[in-house]
Amino acid sequence: MVLRLLRARWRHGWQAVPDPVTAQVDPMFRGFPEIAKEGTLSAGTIAACPGAALTTNPVSIDLGKCHLCGHCARAENSPVRLSSRHHLGQTRRDALVVTAGTSFEEYHARAEKGSDEIRRLFGRSLKLRSVSAAGCNACEMELNATTNANFDMLRYGIDIVASPRHADAVIVTGPVSVNMADALEDTWNATPAPKLLILMGACAISGGLFAASPALDRRFFNDHTPDIYIPGCPPHPLTVVNAILNYLGRGI
Amino acid sequence: MNRLLLKDRAAIPFDDLPTVSYEAVGDIVAGSLFGGLRLVTLFGVPEERDIVRLVALFADDAQGTLAVTGVRTSRGATLPSLTPALPAFHLFERQLWEEFGIVPAGHPWLKPVRYPHDAHTPRRIEEGYPYFSMEGEETHEVAVGPVHAGVIEPGHFRFLCDGERVNHLEIQLGYQHRGVEKLFRNGPLASKSTLAESVSGDAAVAHATAHAGLVEALGDTVIPDRAGLLRAIGLELERAGIHLGDLSALCNDIGYLPGTQMFAVMRTDIINTSLALCGCRFGRGLITPGGVNYDIDDRKKDRIARTVIRIRDNAGLLAAAVFDDQSVLARFEKTGTVDTDTARAIGLVGPAGRASGLACDIRLTHPTDAYARHRFTKRPLRNGDGRVAVSGDVYARAFIRHQEIQDSLRYVLELLGHLAVAKDGIAAPVAPPRPGMIAFSLTEGWRGETLHAAVTGGEGETRRYHIKDASFHNWFGLALAVRDNGVSDFPLCNKSFNLSYCGFDL
Repeated sequence: MVLRLLRARWRHGWQAVPDPVTAQVDPMFRGFPEIAKEGTLSAGTIAACPGAALTTNPVSIDLGKCHLCGHCARAENSPVRLSSRHHLGQTRRDALVVTAGTSFEEYHARAEKGSDEIRRLFGRSLKLRSVSAAGCNACEMELNATTNANFDMLRYGIDIVASPRHADAVIVTGPVSVNMADALEDTWNATPAPKLLILMGACAISGGLFAASPALDRRFFNDHTPDIYIPGCPPHPLTVVNAILNYLGRGI
Repeated sequence: MNRLLLKDRAAIPFDDLPTVSYEAVGDIVAGSLFGGLRLVTLFGVPEERDIVRLVALFADDAQGTLAVTGVRTSRGATLPSLTPALPAFHLFERQLWEEFGIVPAGHPWLKPVRYPHDAHTPRRIEEGYPYFSMEGEETHEVAVGPVHAGVIEPGHFRFLCDGERVNHLEIQLGYQHRGVEKLFRNGPLASKSTLAESVSGDAAVAHATAHAGLVEALGDTVIPDRAGLLRAIGLELERAGIHLGDLSALCNDIGYLPGTQMFAVMRTDIINTSLALCGCRFGRGLITPGGVNYDIDDRKKDRIARTVIRIRDNAGLLAAAVFDDQSVLARFEKTGTVDTDTARAIGLVGPAGRASGLACDIRLTHPTDAYARHRFTKRPLRNGDGRVAVSGDVYARAFIRHQEIQDSLRYVLELLGHLAVAKDGIAAPVAPPRPGMIAFSLTEGWRGETLHAAVTGGEGETRRYHIKDASFHNWFGLALAVRDNGVSDFPLCNKSFNLSYCGFDL
């Protein structure tokens, strides 16, 4: 029995991603949209966008609403190509809009660093409290994956804690249902200041697919401004880790 | 005729639905206790004025058929509750009460299911119905949630305990309610794949397959063999990935850390294979009505096969070590038991049902597409005693994950082999939904039976969309499993089921 376990451990080898900051993902990954200046999208393609993230003249994609489903990129003669660039985190809501001709470098340069005070306090230790507010469990599982043996966000002093009392940041997943609105507010209030608000996934950022549903209550965001936006559906664990590291001044 | 037989994924004119009394619906299921029909779902379709047509779907797992029947009633009507005799009805009746105000007279515990925004029952979850309570010297209650300690979805658990022993667990969900069913009615049904993937994001391929099957049934579309193979590869990778993650989490809950880390890393390899297949670790974007969006070439096929073989062997080796370890068995065995009779009475489905000895697996009983053309087979693995584990405890629900990982990965290799001859394209054009129809589509997701159903109106528009995730039946199974167990064993029991909150709350 012990021998079998040792053999399994031997085969397991060394699995940590050596450097999450410079790591690449599979070329199939649907990440940063590169939009050509020429060409346009049909009215049908725009209407079929599940997150209503597309606009024309010029063609632009709001990554705060985009589920990276690839539908517009698969359309005939589409000017949109989804690259596998996965460093998508931003610090302002309007910075999430990608317009025809926007390069990845331009997009990435928009993301700001936290203040000196934030970097001094949280640069080497940041504890997250997760609130799933009607998330579909994809964002939640990817957030969990940031702490597994592969991505191991703990190597940077970033960890997920069980109580808001122990946390420096609240990370929200899901579009925030009516039935979770109070619990989200309570969790935020139970977290001691100074604290960060992080939104993970298109649903948290904009309501996403569910934006039109009367079952949502997003008034929380009228009073609280997020510090970090992590787009995707769900965001890749490396997108999450790098969005946070970048804000702490430890990314590229 | 009190019921109409259906082929799986069939669509019939809505007007052909038989009309029977509500008691007759119970009679059809009551027979099932002696080998007849199993209740799959019961839901209401609102009609003109206050009329509500109830639709009941049944499965005959031995014959591989479905049957459907209807009841004509109205909002606010009173029907005799079937729950006291047939517990499988209890949530469906609560749902009808919450949605349409139809009162099941004699229901033992009538309270809201998910507190939808447009319910006639109390809207806010705090104003809801009372919980069970218990009095005595050593008794106490433990309330957990909606926000949990881990990174998981929200729900409220109320334990009634006598010392350390759980007498009863009441599970109150609804926090995740997003109004999903209604969103399916906005715009063409065929454009709702992304929404279907989000019904429960950890079972994205299962829900997208059920949705696509429904669109295909309504439009009478047949998908290419190659598309069916790629769908089944996506489904089985999803199943294997989740089962590996759950074995990791089960090991974590008993402090068996080598299992926690190694199973989790194997899961990463499997879901990264889904990423290589379709661009998403959760299989999103793979399924589209009519077929799939992505094909694979021989190079990618070989790469997937190599990963699958490696993980199959490594998972088998690690599982052999885990399930032979006394410290693991001491925690898994006889913990959280649901016996076969209870499982059948409450309608348990999926691996949880199979671990309690039920023969419920849509891949075998109601196969479609690849599962019908390329027979899926199981090779039951013997445990240490030489028996197949159907003990209904955490051990059985963990061991069956190990079995299913092996079955799924073996089947993926077979399907990859069939790709060489299936060169008929990856998608067929989809015809628009026919008007005035009702259709059902069943898929065996990793959690179990996943049902999507739709009723179309005069223009082919979606008049009613209905989803039943495996979790809808199985949450009650968890509540019964923890009875008479230590309250500290709850996380272990919970993980062995790993049910969906949002798939239940919709």
